[in-house]
Amino acid sequence: MSERAGGEGSLFQPPAQPPAKAPGEAGAADAGAQPAGSRTLIATDRVSKYYPVQRGLFASRERFVHAVDGVSIRVRRGETMGLVGESGCGKSTLGRLMLRLVEPTFGRVLFDGSDITHVSQRTLRPLRRRMQIIFQDPYSSLNPRMTVGEIVGEALTIHRLVKTRAEEETRIVELLERVGMRADALNRYPHEFSGGQRQRIGIARALAVEPEFIVCDEPISALDVSIQAQIINLLLELQETMGLAYLFVSHDLAVVQHVSHRVAVMYLGKIVERAPAEQLYREPRHPYTRALLAAAPRPDPERRRVRLVLEGDVPSPIDPPPGCAFHPRCPRAVPGTCDREVPRLEETVEGSGHKVACWNPHTE
Amino acid sequence: MDDAPLLRVRDLVTTFRTDGRTVRAVDGVSFDVPRGATVALVGESGCGKTVTALSILRLVASPPGRIEAGAIDFEGRNLLELADRDIRDVRGNLISMIFQEPMTSLNPVYAVGWQIMEGYRIHKKKSHREGRARAVELLRLVGIAEPETTVDAYPHQLSGGQRQRVMIAMALACEPKVLLADEPTTALDVTIQAQILALLSDLQKKLSMSVLLITHDLGVVAEHASAVVVMYAGRVVERAAVRDLFARPMHPYTRGLLDSIPRAGAAGAAGARRRLRAIEGMVPDLRALPPGCHFADRCPMRIEKCTREEPPLLSVGPGHDSRCWRADEVSA
Repeated sequence: MSERAGGEGSLFQPPAQPPAKAPGEAGAADAGAQPAGSRTLIATDRVSKYYPVQRGLFASRERFVHAVDGVSIRVRRGETMGLVGESGCGKSTLGRLMLRLVEPTFGRVLFDGSDITHVSQRTLRPLRRRMQIIFQDPYSSLNPRMTVGEIVGEALTIHRLVKTRAEEETRIVELLERVGMRADALNRYPHEFSGGQRQRIGIARALAVEPEFIVCDEPISALDVSIQAQIINLLLELQETMGLAYLFVSHDLAVVQHVSHRVAVMYLGKIVERAPAEQLYREPRHPYTRALLAAAPRPDPERRRVRLVLEGDVPSPIDPPPGCAFHPRCPRAVPGTCDREVPRLEETVEGSGHKVACWNPHTE
Repeated sequence: MDDAPLLRVRDLVTTFRTDGRTVRAVDGVSFDVPRGATVALVGESGCGKTVTALSILRLVASPPGRIEAGAIDFEGRNLLELADRDIRDVRGNLISMIFQEPMTSLNPVYAVGWQIMEGYRIHKKKSHREGRARAVELLRLVGIAEPETTVDAYPHQLSGGQRQRVMIAMALACEPKVLLADEPTTALDVTIQAQILALLSDLQKKLSMSVLLITHDLGVVAEHASAVVVMYAGRVVERAAVRDLFARPMHPYTRGLLDSIPRAGAAGAAGARRRLRAIEGMVPDLRALPPGCHFADRCPMRIEKCTREEPPLLSVGPGHDSRCWRADEVSA
């Protein structure tokens, strides 16, 4: 399975400018539609991350947490790939693997057609400019001793994107305004701002290097309800005007569905289902996806449901259950199959783009 | 007597002193909790919902906090006027509270069984053995798989969902008449949240408890509450039966909250990736509240009067109150 849709150019090829820079010309504006000219920007090929677990002094064998286990995922230019799952499912680790903030144990990461799995940090630096991350916690992800101007401008200096101080300041003000902040934020410190404003500062910092790909790691989970919608709107708008590709990581299926073109559902280190956003909602195939959808409370008192409540906790990723990791909690588990063999992520109907890893998926 | 609400909060004012200034975290809040009902207290961080609950049990740390005015009527007594030993007899016994953060609200150096039975032994004057038996029974009630072993476990040995169940078991130990549940599921994953909420409503029916459910999640409100109190910057801005509130919000803030949630179900292809109708701006600083309506500077329906004069909480329909000069137009 070749994920190399992009060019085979050298690693030192100058970074391509993101498409559709002018507002109003955006390719991804249509509701639910795939972005035009959907070339793969970043992909993982059966990537895994295992963390060794410290056992007692006399541990007979080393054991590992399977944080991410053989995941292949790709994000096209200008696209939002949603990644949803509960705590500990490996969704944040997968995002960091794609940026090589975490080194994979196995598998490959491809950025714009080049294998970046083993390239040195120095070689990686020009590529770092093209991929960024926005963190969940706007309190701990901004250095409290730096002014907003220093935070946003740091990358400009490191990547030598500006020549003079005046140019730097103009650029920072431009970035702040782009994320809906006033220019006078420049000389103030993070603690002077609310959670929502800090998240805007984090976004401005990510945008400074004009990236093509941004991992949004639970970007709204720490914010108040009325502020969440502001940040979602900002991210959608930036995507349209700058042609950004996002990996949008969240535990909130409704939010993920709203912002994403395609959605992947993770459970214990593996993708269990992946589909166009609207289809995943309309026709969820995996019992876990169904359970997630059913568990999310809906703001509609007329539709109180007797709902399917999934029993038990997520098992430990240190010794995941044999077979399908979901089988101990699964209402549709088939004894003898689901507890023995690992299901592969396969397309339900050829060409549908809807994949599910389940021995006994829902069919309608 | 059965028609009278079990718990009545009247004109509650709780203040905090910070940096030499006094902030009214809860400013004239009133609502009723009927017998056996679930009333949701909704609002964003800093709106005063947790302080309201803490004030009911007089658990506000003083200083810097102070309950300045109001009454909390519970079974013919005003809790704010009780002697210390009498309020102690109410706490955890007649009215108990589930706290938001199960990790920090349990004592790490005591086994969970000990923590569950502590209040029960004191309030009900039971022996250690009876207490332990009660703890096992409660752990079973809240759906812990092996209560006989878990009773001796320490908090760090349990998962987040299990710890939250332990918190519920603690709160239920004395079969309280009112349960104050402060964001009981916020820290939990959705599938675990669904388990805990199902458990709570189950137990509520079994024990015919009243519940004050404090949350920012309107989905949880829609599915579990019968009445809703919406708070903003220390004030009640809207009060209504749950169906009325969702069908016809009568305050622009409530309307804004409802409009700003992405709805996976309702949206489908048409709604996906559309802009949400966000509420502009942010919650005002309680130390520098604007004159007039606290919500005015974020309100899309603001008129000149709103910035001058704060509207009173007025009836806009049967059992429906709103604090807005233009309440009639909000859902028109």
